[in-house]
Amino acid sequence: MSLPRAITFSMETGSSFQQLGMQQALEPLRQQLPGCGKCSTMDGDPGKDLGKAVGCSGGSGIGKGPVPMVCSTPCGNPYAGLVSHLRASWLSGKTRPMEYRVAQLEALGRFLDDKKQEILEATELDMGKPSFEAFFSEILLCKNELNVTLNNLYHWMKDEHVDKNLVMQLDSAFIRKDPYGVVLIIAPWNYPIHLFLVPLIGAIAAGNCAIIKPSEISKNTERLVAETLSCYLDTDCFAVVTGGVPETTSLLENKFDYIFFTGSPTVGRIVMTAAAKHLTPVTLELGGKNPCYVSDICDVTNVARRVAWGRFFNAGQTCIAPDYLLCTIEMQEKLMPALREAIMEFFGPNPRESPDFGRIVSDKQFRRLQALLSSGRVALGGQTDEAERYIAPTVLADVLPSDPAMQEEIFGPILPIVVIANMDEAIDFINARPRPLALYAFSCDSKIVNQVLERTSSGGFCGNDTLMQVTLTSLPFGGIGNSGLGKYHGKFTFDTFTHHRGCLHRNMGLETLNGPRYPPYTQQKLGLLTTTFEVKRRGTCTLL
Amino acid sequence: MERMQQIVGRARAAFRTGRSRPLEFRIQQLKALERMVQEKEKEILAALKADLNKCGPNAYSHEILGVLGELALTMEKLPSWAAPQPVKKNLLTMRDEAYINYEPLGVVLVIGAWNYPFVLVMQPLIGAIAAGNAVVVKPSEVSENTAQLLAELLPQYLDKELYPVVTGGVPETTDLLTQRFDHILYTGNTAVGKIVMAAAAKHLTPVTLELGGKSPCYIDKDCDLTVACRRITWGKYMNCGQTCIAPDYILCHPSIQDKVVENIKATLKEFYGDDVKSSPDYERIINQRHFKRVKSLLEGQKIAHGGESDEASCFIAPTILTDVSPESKVMEEEIFGPVLPIVTVKSVEEAIEFINLREKPLALYVFSNNKELIKRVISQTSSGGVTGNDVIMHFFLSTLPFGGVGHSGMGAYHGKHSFETFSHRRSCLIKDLKMESTNKMRYPPGSQKKVDWAKFFLLKRFNKARIGLFVLALLGVMAAVMIKGHLYFDPILSSYFVPTSLQKMDTKGEEEELRVPP
Repeated sequence: MSLPRAITFSMETGSSFQQLGMQQALEPLRQQLPGCGKCSTMDGDPGKDLGKAVGCSGGSGIGKGPVPMVCSTPCGNPYAGLVSHLRASWLSGKTRPMEYRVAQLEALGRFLDDKKQEILEATELDMGKPSFEAFFSEILLCKNELNVTLNNLYHWMKDEHVDKNLVMQLDSAFIRKDPYGVVLIIAPWNYPIHLFLVPLIGAIAAGNCAIIKPSEISKNTERLVAETLSCYLDTDCFAVVTGGVPETTSLLENKFDYIFFTGSPTVGRIVMTAAAKHLTPVTLELGGKNPCYVSDICDVTNVARRVAWGRFFNAGQTCIAPDYLLCTIEMQEKLMPALREAIMEFFGPNPRESPDFGRIVSDKQFRRLQALLSSGRVALGGQTDEAERYIAPTVLADVLPSDPAMQEEIFGPILPIVVIANMDEAIDFINARPRPLALYAFSCDSKIVNQVLERTSSGGFCGNDTLMQVTLTSLPFGGIGNSGLGKYHGKFTFDTFTHHRGCLHRNMGLETLNGPRYPPYTQQKLGLLTTTFEVKRRGTCTLL
Repeated sequence: MERMQQIVGRARAAFRTGRSRPLEFRIQQLKALERMVQEKEKEILAALKADLNKCGPNAYSHEILGVLGELALTMEKLPSWAAPQPVKKNLLTMRDEAYINYEPLGVVLVIGAWNYPFVLVMQPLIGAIAAGNAVVVKPSEVSENTAQLLAELLPQYLDKELYPVVTGGVPETTDLLTQRFDHILYTGNTAVGKIVMAAAAKHLTPVTLELGGKSPCYIDKDCDLTVACRRITWGKYMNCGQTCIAPDYILCHPSIQDKVVENIKATLKEFYGDDVKSSPDYERIINQRHFKRVKSLLEGQKIAHGGESDEASCFIAPTILTDVSPESKVMEEEIFGPVLPIVTVKSVEEAIEFINLREKPLALYVFSNNKELIKRVISQTSSGGVTGNDVIMHFFLSTLPFGGVGHSGMGAYHGKHSFETFSHRRSCLIKDLKMESTNKMRYPPGSQKKVDWAKFFLLKRFNKARIGLFVLALLGVMAAVMIKGHLYFDPILSSYFVPTSLQKMDTKGEEEELRVPP
């Protein structure tokens, strides 16, 4: 997969960002080692201007525009030049003024508006994403984040003044919201626009430069982003890098000031290990098996609808989708017809024909999912078609914890039901496994919902519904333990990409107030300090 | 290896019982900690004296006072910090409960440093206990007396299973790091910081790294040099220069260099008298290895003051180096000793450039009478923290987050920031199982109408000019819904401006459910 991709990357994709990057990267190298990597340049404008011309003029033409730089073999660290170019832009301070950030964010809004149709088409090509789902998740929620950010940016950016202690009453103490520098955003394929755009909004809002690495698996979206984003954003500060594992690996060799990764725990470990070499802080948005407990007292129809919606949205390829159901055997009996009805209502008698049901992203994923169908017994669905990568909305009943479907995150339209005796057993079941990204509990009795909430741990929690917790930008979104670290959405995204710098601006006068802290130390000075301290105990702050 | 597994396993089992979670328990443990500090003050001071030659008042103000302050603050504020925090809702979730729950992470590892062996273990420990975690405490083996004392004292006052202390050196720490933790807070140097983070990556454990770095101190020409130099002298030579946020070097204009030296010399005399070696207020270098390292930094430098040393007692006199070249060895590594190099720069621009060319420091200090200049230096540089017109003091204000950035570390703690570091903010949305009709717009089959509805509910960028538009749109939507004949007119119109009335946009079939008391 990755090798042909790498060639495409260098040979034909007309990504102006890359061209800029590659040129920057290779310029010094060419001087030292002529002929390294068979690099050649087109004569003409510098990369930046060329890039603008390529990306913006060619509405559909891939590779039609002039290719200023071709590098067909990896030479050294191909991204060093790109990263240092962005770092130089960042150090120049141009990303810091609020007007700049707002202009870039508004440009992102224009990108969403202008390219709406292209986005819907690309995601449809990649995984048959129904346009309603694509619109809701890739555009609407992004616009929402964008607007929240634009509405509040002024307040988020402001110095945050904090309480002071007695000695510092004349001073000014505040938390400065400093950008980190050059950040790297690595996005996955399941929501190929949303999952790079939402972090990017925060990164821009916080005043950083950013490199975006979309997933190479959702290739149509990747191409769209690589080609068109440069028309909207400042190419000196924001770049898109495309490619597969080898490109990502060499990208990670560079020093970034923050890395935001969305993907699997295995790759998360690799990213964090690479980050450790440069002491780069990371946010890891990973997945996990999200349990969904359904208590005996509940409205079965509504539960079935909400669960089926969450599970089969994007053909199950959602990191916070309910992964499996936990309920009693009686509840399983009652849920089955309700789930059947919900699926029928949503996707009609033959989901394969429904325009509202997606497809699996790749053959590899398709085969992996097909193997999971042997778990328990297929109660609903189960049909597959390899050519289309179609897997029908499927419910597996009486699944055992040892079955294949319970060993990994499903990430597909398959819903196993594991039968448990009661709530306590369900909680023990949940706690015996790695902490999930999301946890769902359904019950008409709010005490039961609250008990599940209190006695478990998870990234987020939603009672009596699925997925909806992410639509609230006021709630932090992020995992714990195996499901990731760090959080984002709304202000949390801004905070993620911001260094909270403690600042104290003292007064030069009143030196006598500082007397007690200077040597030579005496018992009297200590007494003075202690007295001041005793006063502070009723107050709010510590005192030297 | 097995021993570590056992210790961490026992802590995890204790955490799983849930006994560290109730607020009362956390406060009771913090009270015990406070009692420990008060009752064992003499023992603690003695250990600090043995490790670092810290005299009583000195040790008390550096190490004990801060801990007591942090304890008092945490115990007072904990109930409000730990309370669930309700968040803003959108129209779709108006009727639901949406809040952030602060939950403990699990088993936390705190690795202390030797330079402030007591406070650098205790402050994170306080935050981790306050957040409801189990904590494995690993004091630095270099400050062995304090480490031994902590290993003895903590189990006497705290829950033995939840808060074990592990002592030992590199092999023990390496073993410990193979275990799975839910958060690691490490204070120490950059090289080990990388090792800790790489070890943490294996278990996807979040880390807070409190590292060091060369913290620059810029002195502007327009400034009261007497006061500035007194403050710098205090911060630089306290604990014999072994402070992570000590000003590492001075940047100033060549014309004031001599005055700076004179003023620091005078202050040194004021602080430590004529014979520094016999002053009870002056500490020693921690061990022979560091003594040799610091000593070697003096080679080839112009010593303007000090430079005397005594290997047997690890004494190095307060030293000032002038006209130091930016390329010299003393400017390449964190000094962590009583040696203060002065590098001259021609202007504040040059100073800013000098700072930005190097790794981001843990602290940055600027002295000037010109407030604009200080503001400029702050906004054109990056560092963990900043103090203008003083040194070290931002550390002591617990409302300010304390932590590094880039090579000086990641994450922050102190006061509420500690509590947040050791807490997971779990987003919670509790919906009603009823009101299904408001959900219908998101279910397949999709249609343009549904898209418009979703837009209406979720997109919300209302600026003042658009509020009128919004009201109009709302009216239009209301009208559309009502024309469909699914609703009573009156309740909608009468409670029109109350957003909760939007829930009533339901079909007749569910109107009954509205009457069920929540």
